[in-house]
Amino acid sequence: MISRESDRRRFLKNGAALAGLAVSAIQPAIGQSAGSEKPGAHPNDLHSYGERSRFENSVRLGSMGLYDPAPAGYHRDFGFRTPTQDSVGIITPASLHFVIAHGYEPPDIDPNEHRLLIHGMVDHPMIFTMEELKRLPSVTRIHFLECNADSAPAGPTGAFRISPDATAQDTHGFTSCSVWTGVPLSTLLKKAGVQSAATWIVAEGSEKGKHTKSIPIEKAMDDVLVAYGQNGEALRPQQGYPIRLLVPGWEGINNVKWLRRIKLVDEPYMGMWESTKYPSLRTDGLSRWFQFEMGPRSVITRPSGGQKLPGPGFYEISGLAWSGGGVIRKVEVSIDGGRTWKEAEIQGPVNPKAHTRFGFAWDWNGDETVLQSRCTDERGETQPSPAELAKFWRVEPEFFRTTGTIPGHFNAIQPWKINRDGSVQNALVL
Amino acid sequence: MRWCFRFFATLVALPVCGAVLAQTPDYKNVGRAPTEQEIQAMDIAIGTDGKELPPGSGTAKDGARIFKAKCEACHGANLEGSPMAPALVGGKGTLTSLHPKLTVGSYWPFSTTIFDYIRRAMPRYQEGSLSADEVYSLVALVLYRNEIIKEDDAIDAKTLPKIQMPNRNGFIPQNLEEIHDAKKRGCRLGHCP
Repeated sequence: MISRESDRRRFLKNGAALAGLAVSAIQPAIGQSAGSEKPGAHPNDLHSYGERSRFENSVRLGSMGLYDPAPAGYHRDFGFRTPTQDSVGIITPASLHFVIAHGYEPPDIDPNEHRLLIHGMVDHPMIFTMEELKRLPSVTRIHFLECNADSAPAGPTGAFRISPDATAQDTHGFTSCSVWTGVPLSTLLKKAGVQSAATWIVAEGSEKGKHTKSIPIEKAMDDVLVAYGQNGEALRPQQGYPIRLLVPGWEGINNVKWLRRIKLVDEPYMGMWESTKYPSLRTDGLSRWFQFEMGPRSVITRPSGGQKLPGPGFYEISGLAWSGGGVIRKVEVSIDGGRTWKEAEIQGPVNPKAHTRFGFAWDWNGDETVLQSRCTDERGETQPSPAELAKFWRVEPEFFRTTGTIPGHFNAIQPWKINRDGSVQNALVL
Repeated sequence: MRWCFRFFATLVALPVCGAVLAQTPDYKNVGRAPTEQEIQAMDIAIGTDGKELPPGSGTAKDGARIFKAKCEACHGANLEGSPMAPALVGGKGTLTSLHPKLTVGSYWPFSTTIFDYIRRAMPRYQEGSLSADEVYSLVALVLYRNEIIKEDDAIDAKTLPKIQMPNRNGFIPQNLEEIHDAKKRGCRLGHCP
C-alpha cells in the first residue's frame, strides 16, 4: 500500500518537474521534495524527527514586540533570550538560539522560490537559486552571534542587568553560538566581479520591514558567509531560513536574515536601523555609529543568578567566553569578589569568534562570596570591569544605571553573589 | 606564475598548475544574469545622495491627508507617538540629557533615510503599499512638522537629498569615508571612542 502510494506520488512529482522544466529554465535540476512526501516519513513520529526529554524544559524568554505594550518607553522587552544558564558545551540548539528581528515575524519562504540578487557596482549582476548556492563549495564554521544591546543599559535587557534576581538568560541571553554552513560571500562577490569603486555592500532581508545593513567591503570579502545551515540542518525560520548573512564577531544587526539582496555601493547607505537606532550616544550629544565588532566578554553560567547550591562542597565553575576579535586565549576566575584571579581551564574546541567553554575547580566552604570571570582574546584585549568600561566611555559608572539610551556594547565583568543558603544572585551594582 | 609555468611545463602538467593558480573559479552555470526588471523590482535602497530616488513629489499639505488615514492611529495626530509607535517630532536639545528623545527632527542624520524607511516598512502591516508621491508627501509632512521645510515646499528626487538635517553633524566620524576604518578610529574592546 505504502509503496504503491509513493510510486504514484513519484510519478506525479516527476511529471510536475518535467512540466516545470518545459515552462521555465530556472527550475532547479535537482529539486528537493517536501519532507512530508518522503516515503516512510512520519513527521509526527519522534523516530522521524526527535524531541528532547519531557523532563527538559529550558526555553527562550521574551516578547516579539518593540512596543507591545510598553507605554513607558519602547525599549522595555524585545526579542527572545537564550537560556544561557542551562547551556552545556559551546553550541546553542537552533531552537534555543536568541531571536531578534526588530519585532518582525519570520516570513514563510519557499526555498524553491527564493532568490539571492547580487548587483550594483559589479561587472556581472547575478541571481542565485538556493539549489545553485548549494552547488558552490561550502564552508562550516562555529561562530557566536550577539545583539549589540545584550544587557546594554536601557537596552532590551537593561533593567534586568542591575536586578538582584536576574539570571544569565536575563543578563546575557542575547548571545548564542552555532555551527554555520554556507558559501563564503567572497565566492559570490568574486563571481559577480566587484568593481574597484565598490567600498560597501548593502544587505537586505525579505521580512516585512526589509531590514538593510551596510557592511564595509573589507569585511564582506573576509569571513562573511551566506549561511543556509545551522547545527547540521537547514536554518530555522527565526534564524533566517532559507539564507542569512553571517558576519563573524560583529554586532548582531549585520547578520541579515532571510537574505534576498546584496548591492555593491560606494558609501554606507544609512538605513533606518544603522543610522538612527544602533549608533551609541555619548554624554556630549555626539553619537558613535558603526561600531562593528563585539568586544571580549565572558559569563559564568553555573553557578549563576537564580540557581541554588545544595550545600558546601565541590563545584566546577563553568562558563562561556567569546570575542569578536578572534580566539579566546585566557580566562581568569575570581572566587573572592575580585581580590584575586586565577587562570581557568579553557575547554576545547576553541574557535575564533565563537563561544568558548571554561571550567574552574571550586570547593565552596559555605561562606558568602562573589564569583566573576574575565577573558582575554588573541589580541591581548581583556574584558573590562564596569569601572574600566566607564573610564573608556568617559562617564561615571553611575551613568550606566541612569541613562535612558543605549550607549554601546556592555561587555563588563559579570559578578554572581553566592549567599550562605546557596542561592545565587546578580551582584552587578553600579 | 612564470616559475610555475617553467617548472610544470616540462612535466606536461600545465592544467594542474593553471587550476592551482586560478584565483576565481568560474563555477559554470551557477547563477544567471538578472533582467533589468528583476533588479528594479528589488532595488529599493536609497543612499544618502538620493540617486535612486524615484520620480514623483509631494508637499506637507498632501502628506497631512495621507498621514491622517494611514499613520495617525499609531504615531498620533500631532506625530507625538504612542505605545504603538515612536514620536516623529520633538526632542530638540535633549541629546545631552540622561533621557534623550531621538526623533527624525532631533536625531536622524539623513533626509533620504526617511524616504527609504517609509517606503520599505510603513505603514506597518501594509508595507510597500504607498506610491512614490505618497511617500514624498509623508516625508514632506515629517520634515515640515520638525520645522525643517515650509508647508508648501515640494519634496522630490532633486530637493530631498539637499536637505540638511539638524543633527547631521552629530555623529562621529562625520565623514562617511572614515567610518569603515575601525582601527584608525581607535575602536577597542568592541567600543569606538
